[in-house]
Amino acid sequence: MHAFNYHRPSNVNDAAALAAKSADSKLLAGGQSLVQAMKLRLAAPTDIVDLGMVKDLAGIKSDGKTVTIGAMTRHAEVTGSAEVKKAIPALAVLAGMIGDRQVRNMGTLGGSLANSDPAADYPAAVLGLGATITTTKGTHAADKFFKGLYETALRPGEIITSVSFPIPKRAGYMKFKNQASRFAIVGVFVADMGNGVRVAVTGAGPCVLRLAEMEKALGAKFAPESVAGLKVKSDGLNSDLHASAEYRAHLITVMAKRAVEAAMK
Amino acid sequence: MSAVPDRVHATLRVNGEDQQVSFAPYKTLLEVLREDLNLTGTKHGCELGECGACAVLVDGEPLLSCLELAVQCEGRDIQTIEGLAKGTELHPLQAAFADHGGSQCGYCTSGMVMTAKALLDKEPAPSRERIREALAGNLCRCTGYQQIWESVESAAKALREGKR
Repeated sequence: MHAFNYHRPSNVNDAAALAAKSADSKLLAGGQSLVQAMKLRLAAPTDIVDLGMVKDLAGIKSDGKTVTIGAMTRHAEVTGSAEVKKAIPALAVLAGMIGDRQVRNMGTLGGSLANSDPAADYPAAVLGLGATITTTKGTHAADKFFKGLYETALRPGEIITSVSFPIPKRAGYMKFKNQASRFAIVGVFVADMGNGVRVAVTGAGPCVLRLAEMEKALGAKFAPESVAGLKVKSDGLNSDLHASAEYRAHLITVMAKRAVEAAMK
Repeated sequence: MSAVPDRVHATLRVNGEDQQVSFAPYKTLLEVLREDLNLTGTKHGCELGECGACAVLVDGEPLLSCLELAVQCEGRDIQTIEGLAKGTELHPLQAAFADHGGSQCGYCTSGMVMTAKALLDKEPAPSRERIREALAGNLCRCTGYQQIWESVESAAKALREGKR
């Protein structure tokens, strides 16, 4: 790792000020992607602003309509939360599928979203549920947050503080994972919001995306057979040593079907 | 909230003892444990959070010491493999790994044992499935998983029977 200046602010305003002071600063949340990138010299920030001591960024609240999760809340906390399990069980299940136990003890919701890894799990829930991302500079609708490969609507120095997930009527998440890393080769989040259905796919494209055709079919009838026959085009999907674009397209249909099955249980 | 200069002077609580350490802020917990505290039982594996060889317990939870900056662990309770034995008496997990062949080349063992300890501290009688899930982030290149799971089951039984 290259040397850097280390900062440990105790509140989010100081964190934002510190992050803004240097052109090449990085916010350190759980560090499960950033520290790795720094070791590989893919990232070499001059300044690290550690959010670990900013206590008001962690925690889970539910008011019956939405579940709000602090940006620094660890995956292990979300998957074990009685409130999340009760309000949005699919979200607790998703958090429990991220990486392994060690990673879940460190990784955070905000870190995952800000990084926007194309194979990350959380973006599927955020887009699938139409969540609202609150930052130090305002709010972002999920539909306008994910911009591309590792790219989001966040501006420099903007810090995610929490995410509010609307509670769906029912929802399910299913992923075909890479056996070693447990990243999603394809992950599909399906949510019946009561007034419509949302389908979000991670792992398949440069960033998480929605599938209008599946949403329409599930809106007409929320059942696995509604999507089982829908073929997804492979244009623009990722192709790598784990799976070709065509295989990913195939997996989207299979995972969507299983996600609907999970939601109906 | 001031910037930390070349070296950090921190108190790390390792295996129940406060240790005054001075280290560069970019050092990982793994590096500080091994290089500054001479606790070499925790191993460098993949260095990228994939293999689990470097797993230690921080505040009772297993995490990857290769992806954690040491400076992030100030004031937290760090447990490493060196803290398990009491004098010459092995922890039941260590004894079980030896008795059941849970350790072949030994490189993954400390990460396996520490991760298993975190599980048994919370769940005294985990199913095989739970043990497998808990150790999913720890790779054994000797592929001795069967013996590792048996070791954890045997240690769980010993602990339930009050051996320690």
